[in-house]
Amino acid sequence: MQNSVEKYLRMDKLPHIWCPGCGNGIVLGAMVRAFTKINCNQNNTVIVSGIGCSSRAAGYMDFDTLHTTHGRALAFATGIKLAKPELKVFVIMGDGDAASIGGNHLIHAARRNIDLTAIIFNNHIYGMTGGQYSPLTPLDSMATTAPYNTIERNFDLAELAKAAGATYVARSTTYHATMLTNLIVAGATHKGFSLIEAVTACPVSYGRRNKMGSGYDMMIWQKEHAVPVQKARNLTPKEMQGKFAVGELYKAEAPEYTEVYDLLIKKAQGIPKEG
Amino acid sequence: MTDIIPFARLMQGNEAIAEGALAAGARFFAGYPITPSTEIAEILAKKLPLVGGKFIQMEDELSSMAAVIGASLTGSKSMTATSGPGFSLKQENLGFAVLTEVPCVVVNVQRFGASTGIPTATAQGDIMQARWGTHGDHPMIALCPSSVQESFTLTIQAFNLSERFRTPVILLSEEITGHSRERVILPDPSKIEIINRKKPAAGIEKYLPYKPDADGIPPMANFGEGYRYHVTGLTHDQSGSPTTDAEKASFLTNRLHDKIMDHLDEITMTESFMTEDADVIVIAYGAVARAAKGAVRKARDMGIKAGLFRPITIWPFPAKETASMCAQAGSIIVPELNLGQLIGEVEKVAGKENRIIGINRVTGGMIRPDEILDAIKSEVRVKKHAK
Repeated sequence: MQNSVEKYLRMDKLPHIWCPGCGNGIVLGAMVRAFTKINCNQNNTVIVSGIGCSSRAAGYMDFDTLHTTHGRALAFATGIKLAKPELKVFVIMGDGDAASIGGNHLIHAARRNIDLTAIIFNNHIYGMTGGQYSPLTPLDSMATTAPYNTIERNFDLAELAKAAGATYVARSTTYHATMLTNLIVAGATHKGFSLIEAVTACPVSYGRRNKMGSGYDMMIWQKEHAVPVQKARNLTPKEMQGKFAVGELYKAEAPEYTEVYDLLIKKAQGIPKEG
Repeated sequence: MTDIIPFARLMQGNEAIAEGALAAGARFFAGYPITPSTEIAEILAKKLPLVGGKFIQMEDELSSMAAVIGASLTGSKSMTATSGPGFSLKQENLGFAVLTEVPCVVVNVQRFGASTGIPTATAQGDIMQARWGTHGDHPMIALCPSSVQESFTLTIQAFNLSERFRTPVILLSEEITGHSRERVILPDPSKIEIINRKKPAAGIEKYLPYKPDADGIPPMANFGEGYRYHVTGLTHDQSGSPTTDAEKASFLTNRLHDKIMDHLDEITMTESFMTEDADVIVIAYGAVARAAKGAVRKARDMGIKAGLFRPITIWPFPAKETASMCAQAGSIIVPELNLGQLIGEVEKVAGKENRIIGINRVTGGMIRPDEILDAIKSEVRVKKHAK
């Protein structure tokens, strides 16, 4: 019997290009499990990605898939969603992709509250180019472009998205894979801009230089540094130092962009509101 | 309903571009404000919703180009408009549209100077950027309107060529044309020829999004139609999957080039004015061609055998047609609002015996007809001395 997630994968494109110990396959696994849970219609769903290790995930999934330019995935996705709102659109980005070169597109997609589900594979590093620091690399980390360790503070991407107007914000890790699946399900069914940060291990380009051990060891690190959001809310900033909250971090209701645009069309054409 | 009706209207060049886009069936525009192209966005912000289309002001020029490509992938005819500084930023995703073969139209209303330059002054400084602005080997189609009327008709042509050849098409206007007001004859919408992208044949077993037909152009499915195909800016095979295979890389790069160059008869548009017996031919494009035409008329009044050759399709450069002009006339005058961009293309095809003279103005203003006439007269003098 065919594994139920296999129908969402282009099995002929596997095996994937990722390194041994990389967590990206776990995030991809969480995505296809989420698709199974929401009984995702493959013919009515588009997956858009940017550039980097994580963005190769789009090519492995059996949908209309668009592997775009570095940082611009959300802008392409905005065009798709606005032109054809009946399509369900997922957007895959890495941490450098989403928070650095694509940072402007991220905040504006959040501000518009356009119905896109963004999944950020946060491995804390530029992996594909060999280990340069990103805006999400923790302070005082070693990277090839930070041979004396990083001196730049890192973003909290969840806080950034929330402040910019995202109406669903969540975070999980590859260690907490079941939670990750459930959060993707919740993000996908939420109407509006949702962002799910998936903390994933890059043992080759990040872990090795920062003496974090193997992919397995880095997942143990995730287990030990992730704090369930309910618990995190009761901890002081000092107690949360070096740790991060996981779970559903923020949820709100706000008008969705393409729905508001449809109202604008009616208004422009002089069609009276229903009811 | 649009208010396009078949009669004359006083219209601005940028307005004619917006109307041309609507007439061509454009239903999506993404842009960012920039002088001197902003009117196109303003007009389409108002008019697209009236026909059920979508307008969005994006956060920057990069994302405008990206959104246009995304929209086109769903089947919407899509356009963006900008000027030089924004055109620089568009180049990234313009190249993406070339490689992924997504039809769209990019308007560049040229303004003066490098960098920020003089935003409100006219120029023809982006001729080479239109051809080679995005990196790597790639084909490019660019059209150059000379009037407000042509701003309308060439916008429709730009959409038709982009749909026919699955490629972005650049409409290279200029500040002076974009902001001129002239009479435009709007055709009956039912008489306008509209070309739509070729779709995959019904009932095909496995859709290969980059497998070309005999004409070099692959049929294009829209996202959401159930074909479930992959689009990437990486060099790809016929299935759309990334490849580093030398043979496949070479095949794709050559096919993209050949699908344009093998159909020049469908793409190349030129105007020849009094060139049949001309000894001196002015080669001019865009707004400058109008000053050139005035100069040619005056020269003819004086008994000088002068003519005008105007490339309307500026890329691919009409090399064959230009070569025949050079074969006929000894002297070729190339007036441009830059320090000499298209003249290089003329020199490539000219014979050793040709005299190629540039008139170049970089003031933000126009070249006057009498300046071109002086150049024509001085060529006649040169010929007399030579005899």
